[in-house]
Amino acid sequence: MGLIKKLFQSKKRKEKAQKYHIGMQKTRESVFNQLNDILANNETISDDLYDDIEELFIMADMGVDTVIKLVNHLRQTVELKAIKAPEDLKEIIVEEMFKRYVQEDIVDTNLQLSDDLSVLLFVGVNGVGKTTTIAKVAHLLMQEGKKVMMVAGDTFRAGAIEQLRTWSERVNCDFFEKAAGSDPSSVMFDAIQMAKEKNIDVLLCDTAGRLQNKQNLMQELEKIHRVIGREIPGAPHETLLVLDATTGQNGLSQAKTFNDVTHLTGVVLTKLDGTAKGGIALAIKETTGIPIKLIGLGETLDDLEYFDIEEYIYGLFSDVI
Amino acid sequence: MREIRLSLLEADVNFKVVKTFTKDIREQATGEKILKGLNPAQQVVKVVHEALTDLLGGETSVFTVEKQKTHHIMLAGLQGSGKTTTAGKLANYIRKHDHKKPLLVALDVYRPAAVDQLVTIGKQLDIPVYEEGTKAKPVDIVTRAQSYANEHQFDLIIYDTAGRLHIDHSMMDELKAIKSTIDPQDIFLVLDAMTGQDAVSVADHFHQSLGITGSIITKLDGDTRGGAALSLRKVTDVPIKFMGLGEKLDAIEVFHPERMASRILGMGDVLTLIDKVQENVDEDDMMNMMEKMMSGKFNFNDYLKQLKMIKRMGSLGGLLKMIPGAGKMMKNANVDDQQLTNIETLIGSMTKEERKKPELIRKNASRRRRIANGSGRKVAEVNRLLDTLEQQKQAVKRMGSMDPSQLDPKNPLKGMQNMQQPTQKKKRGKGKGKGGFRF
Repeated sequence: MGLIKKLFQSKKRKEKAQKYHIGMQKTRESVFNQLNDILANNETISDDLYDDIEELFIMADMGVDTVIKLVNHLRQTVELKAIKAPEDLKEIIVEEMFKRYVQEDIVDTNLQLSDDLSVLLFVGVNGVGKTTTIAKVAHLLMQEGKKVMMVAGDTFRAGAIEQLRTWSERVNCDFFEKAAGSDPSSVMFDAIQMAKEKNIDVLLCDTAGRLQNKQNLMQELEKIHRVIGREIPGAPHETLLVLDATTGQNGLSQAKTFNDVTHLTGVVLTKLDGTAKGGIALAIKETTGIPIKLIGLGETLDDLEYFDIEEYIYGLFSDVI
Repeated sequence: MREIRLSLLEADVNFKVVKTFTKDIREQATGEKILKGLNPAQQVVKVVHEALTDLLGGETSVFTVEKQKTHHIMLAGLQGSGKTTTAGKLANYIRKHDHKKPLLVALDVYRPAAVDQLVTIGKQLDIPVYEEGTKAKPVDIVTRAQSYANEHQFDLIIYDTAGRLHIDHSMMDELKAIKSTIDPQDIFLVLDAMTGQDAVSVADHFHQSLGITGSIITKLDGDTRGGAALSLRKVTDVPIKFMGLGEKLDAIEVFHPERMASRILGMGDVLTLIDKVQENVDEDDMMNMMEKMMSGKFNFNDYLKQLKMIKRMGSLGGLLKMIPGAGKMMKNANVDDQQLTNIETLIGSMTKEERKKPELIRKNASRRRRIANGSGRKVAEVNRLLDTLEQQKQAVKRMGSMDPSQLDPKNPLKGMQNMQQPTQKKKRGKGKGKGGFRF
């Protein structure tokens, strides 16, 4: 039995995958159904077919390097196993994608929290959805019975503090802010003291969006990270890069640079409910080893899911298999 | 050709655009006469560059406002593309260039605090914002905003709409309704420069629904190559009007297709650099400096002058990126303006004699210690500075063997295309790449 069929055996898993199915409908329609067409329309495995497959993956923003490697590997496997029918490529493609993502390690998408006060730091470039993601994570953790406090660490962008405050009121959690323009590190410092007093379980720290090539802003972020670690050993327990699914190749540069500065523990892939495929996240995992932990599939508080590579691939290929 | 194809793909140019484009190029490049002084690879790059420029719109599209009547501009785009910031920047820009009296209208009633954000930006720019909080319907706000504008004689109105997904039908319908109520002269699609392959789909949907008149690319101050711009232009066939280059509210510039083509190809934005240099550098100063450098008498006084020129031109990071080949090194090199200041302090702690004759410092350890103490820096930094100066001298000597006729005082960087290789070498040699400009 093929890997994929094994994956989708359990009924529970299939049900869980429904959400992906809906959220990623556009992805499937626009790109991965085409894989079916391509494979069906080719009688033999030819160079043209490989080109078409390559094209499909690049269209999903999977990254030129990753795609070229993937297709090269595909060629090798085909030769090795003497595969003749294009139809048989499906499973090899899926298997290869899966292997590339998992890469021998156990991917744990659960958020790592300590028994004491945990700190989650959210970083990323401008406009990726950090603030909205924090609201969703707060909602998720509160459903798990945690006492949550949001920290308005974006003291720079106009309206950022108000935006997070509004969310904290909607999800009904604690909220910490200082005046706009305050030093973000001092905001974190004070927030941690406050959280200790109030017996908070999880502190969700927003930061200002910053482009990764802005040296001074990255240094500011490094300081924020350092201050948090100084106040609570082992913190931040998670540093999550929030990444817009529409992002192209620049996503790799984002992951690398933010990782250098803050030691990322995961990626939150947002706006997957659009037509974008977010394939760059796969490239990020392959080149940096940073896993996708959460995905955003819409604008309401419930539209956040733990990332599951099996379901993701299922979402991509469910019509193919 | 494969390299060009990959280069475009890595720059996020849409796959289909790349495909037709490389096909066209192949035909053109083989038909083209060989230009003097260019090797075949350069020839192809030249053809590609020209074709890219064409694809991006060829000529710079000049934005014109209605002189007599009120000009209405509506902004639309995905969430997080930068519409609100752009609204502020645009209002400020047009006020400055066309002497209009702008009004900003807040129509994003969905995202928490979006209205607050626009109000804050309006305050910073001293531009009034019309808003009704988040309870009213955007279409109704438009009507009332327009009568408010009439009453108070505003003749430029910029409408900031809520971000939305291009496939969200009900939200796109709302946008259509807003459009017909405003009846704007311009509808600009605001697109994040980092957008990947999906840019085509986004641009297509927005254009189909609204009939946009232009677009604005934001966040181009990042290290993205911005290939999305190409896809955008190709799909919509409307000009890209402006580009956003930073979080400050004056960081908006007119979009130049030619320069964008260079950036997408990874050639560096040489033209913008030339512009900046010409704007900020005194020609005589520069020729003097050139002569000094050529004669090998370059000392710390000249070095300081050179630093000041660079400072006047703006952030070093921004400048370096415009130099072909330097872009890649930027990632490793810690170039920032603070280092310039440090160097200035170091030179400031030298005696006049020392500045004229750097070898005095090199020979004498106590002088080095004194300079370090005086400037609050480390001795190692003094040493590094001495090395930098020496390397620059060497580099200039090499350059001295170049044909002097290439050095056109009006266009100091004209020789650069041919110097690409040596430029790169010199930079690498200096490790940190600071102060690395030779005019």
